[in-house]
Amino acid sequence: MLWINLAGVGLIVLIVWWFWIYKSPSIALQEGVIEVIVKDGVYQPSKIKIRANEATTITFNRVDPSPCSETLLIPDLEINATLTLNKKVSVEIPASLPGRYPFHCQMKMYAGELVVE
Amino acid sequence: MKNDNDETNKTGKTKHACCQAKDTGQSAPPAESETKNLADSSPKTAEHHLIVDGASCASCVTKIEKALRILKGVHSAEMNFAQRTVMVVGNVPDSTLISAIEIAGYNAKIDTSESEKQALDEKDEADAQYYKKLIRDMSIALLLGVPLMIYGLTIGEMTVNTNIERLGWFAVGLATLGVMIFSGKHFYIGAWNSFKNHSANMDTLIALGTGTAWLYSMVVVAVPELLPEMARHVYFEATAMIIGLINLGVALEVKARGKTSEAIKRLIGLQSKTARVIRDGKDIDIPFENVLLNDLVRVRPGEKISVDGMVTEGHTAVVESMLTGEPMPVEKTEGDKVVAGTINKSGSIVFKATRVGKDTALAQIINMVKRAQNSKPPIGRLADIIAAYFVPVIMIIAVLSALAWLNFGPAPSIAFAIVSATTVLIIACPCALGLATPMSVMVGVGKAAEAGVLIRNGEALQTASKITTMILDKTGTITEGAPKVTDVLLANKLTQEEVLMLAASIEAGSEHPLAMAIVESAKEQGIEPQKVTGFASIAGQGVAAALDNSALLFGNEKLMTERGINIAAFLDKAQAFAEEAKTPMYFAVNGELAAVIAVADPIKSDSINAIKRLQNNGIRIVMLTGDNRLTAKAIAEKVGISEYVAEVMPEDKAKKVAELQKEGEIVGMTGDGINDAPALAHANVGFAIGTGTDVAIESADITLMRGSLHGLADAIAISQATLTNIKQNLFGAFIYNIAGVPIAAGVLYPFFGVLLSPVIAGAAMAFSSLTVVTNANRLRFFKAKEH
Repeated sequence: MLWINLAGVGLIVLIVWWFWIYKSPSIALQEGVIEVIVKDGVYQPSKIKIRANEATTITFNRVDPSPCSETLLIPDLEINATLTLNKKVSVEIPASLPGRYPFHCQMKMYAGELVVE
Repeated sequence: MKNDNDETNKTGKTKHACCQAKDTGQSAPPAESETKNLADSSPKTAEHHLIVDGASCASCVTKIEKALRILKGVHSAEMNFAQRTVMVVGNVPDSTLISAIEIAGYNAKIDTSESEKQALDEKDEADAQYYKKLIRDMSIALLLGVPLMIYGLTIGEMTVNTNIERLGWFAVGLATLGVMIFSGKHFYIGAWNSFKNHSANMDTLIALGTGTAWLYSMVVVAVPELLPEMARHVYFEATAMIIGLINLGVALEVKARGKTSEAIKRLIGLQSKTARVIRDGKDIDIPFENVLLNDLVRVRPGEKISVDGMVTEGHTAVVESMLTGEPMPVEKTEGDKVVAGTINKSGSIVFKATRVGKDTALAQIINMVKRAQNSKPPIGRLADIIAAYFVPVIMIIAVLSALAWLNFGPAPSIAFAIVSATTVLIIACPCALGLATPMSVMVGVGKAAEAGVLIRNGEALQTASKITTMILDKTGTITEGAPKVTDVLLANKLTQEEVLMLAASIEAGSEHPLAMAIVESAKEQGIEPQKVTGFASIAGQGVAAALDNSALLFGNEKLMTERGINIAAFLDKAQAFAEEAKTPMYFAVNGELAAVIAVADPIKSDSINAIKRLQNNGIRIVMLTGDNRLTAKAIAEKVGISEYVAEVMPEDKAKKVAELQKEGEIVGMTGDGINDAPALAHANVGFAIGTGTDVAIESADITLMRGSLHGLADAIAISQATLTNIKQNLFGAFIYNIAGVPIAAGVLYPFFGVLLSPVIAGAAMAFSSLTVVTNANRLRFFKAKEH
């Protein structure tokens, strides 16, 4: 029983680490056309690094028919956009200060992050 | 060609034009896997839409088309010269097409404008296909799940004790795996993708719940000797039923969601498809998108107006109720504005197109409503924060629950542990929480638009529901804003004609509504104003100018007193005018009073009722006016307002707002959106009241398309109803999760011996988000009471 309990506690630690503590390794700065595919419940890529103080265009290509994925929100930049299924939708990111700007669907089930450096 | 998207596709909230989102109109590569059925309907070769700059003649068309057609992979290239757009069919990157046009000597960019109607049709089509797919998935899952469940409940124990049972259940296990792959694949792929991204979502919970139940059951089937005899129970029916029920829930949600966007569909549907333009003296029918600025457009009775314009010929009545909520048709004659989406009722007219494409009022309204529907009021923030941590927390609770059963539960504790963990994972529903606010906002903002109320964003919606004090500007808000001269009292040797001519001449330069009344009155009597020199406007007092060596002064008592004009003999008469709700104004020529002119601005017919509605709603009403105290008092009394501030300078309106806010009031300010701009901006919620579709829709938090104050009362009533709806949804979603998760974990077991079945959890979860959407849809039936 002790081992089962230890395994359970280990599992909880793993959940906490995997979903909250883990910091993904730094990603490369993206140049040119940035395309995010909305598919199978996620944004691919979900982390995008862009230059600070430079306006950038990100094209969202939604192929996921789930209605949840229809709305894209970047609250800190006051952006909301409707992603039409099987269409590319360009979202213009204004020149922004360095920082991390999460983006997600209305229910935060699809989530990503814009890293501005 | 102007890039309209800069305006029409601005996203984000209040007056913050920082960003855009636009549909490039390009077909994306089709999805693999489960979206294949959708992808099949998309074209094999993509359509590319480009806007070309610099094409000035018909020969440019040939040159551009040729430059594109020679590219490898291009099937066809056709240019619409009127619109300066090119449609290319083929498998070529946009950048190549743009380069080819640039080499040919023109500039090009991707055309981001797509007909709203087209986008909507595509969305409906995609939703319909997705619905079908979900229903098919559900049917297959339930086809296995329902008989299994009935078997379990009626005929037999779902346990594994003999080798025959093992074999039988193994076959069922494989069939369940088939259902998981066929009907539930999207849950597992979504969960895995999220997991790789260190995030978790709804799919994670479903995949873990059903996966655990299936795996445990397969262990029971494969190696039953590992488990105590009592724990040799299989849960294949739970896996199949959960997958079926959740697919059903999502399918019904897709249907219900379609209804939430009815208002925007109705607005988009207002756009007429064609326009009859007069070119080279001939009437030709063209798609409305092809109407150019300054085109002359003919509209016959019963037809829709296709773009915004100004009537150049004819007389008619136009129904604008679909945009403004104003039921009475509006008379239109030469020089009057008409807007796209309204219906020409009686006469035939010709108008000149002044705003086309995405510049029309209708297009802007659609955009604003869409933006507002996607924005979130602050009340949704807590749910947002919770949603971000929800899934991992539920996973931890599931582990803790299993451990608790293993440590303290009765035999077979392993089976109880598996059931409780699975049930916890399945019953938890972050979707209901996440949907609670946006669904209601979507319906509420749409409902408001139907009543001619444009709400800028969720924040404005929420604040409007909490307003305690409403400031109403008098002129144009409570009154018609179209004053008329009622009396002219002569004070010296000048005749009435002379007085009106001089007064109209000095007032012709002023934009004040009272000044316009004087000019109108003179014109009605055939008196033409003369050109004055040295025109000066004295804020809050009046105007001064000179005409043929005569010094003219027109304004209120204060102005006369300051300039040393003797008006003592007329003060009583002026007071009498004021007590009749007329505004007395003094007119002096060369330092001597020439006349007292009284102007009255009639109160709008429904102002009294609308103000009563607001007061009955518990809102304190304060009237502000630049008019004199007595006139203000008379108007206030007539409409039933006890608090008013008269003789307010425009800049002091904002101060009054701040003063009330200091008293702790949540202040709404209603004005015309132009003169009252600072006060509107200062108020917690600024309401711009318009006269028909002429109103500047970008100027306030909430725009009232019709002039009636009932629009204001409607706006507040709708915002309150929406907030109540959001609160119901949030309460329901919180209570559901707060009560559901512990019950699923088994807290009731020690007291009542009850442990929830994972199948019931699946049904509850599937229908919890549906309940939220359905409750939001109730708002569609909201009706504001006019009396």
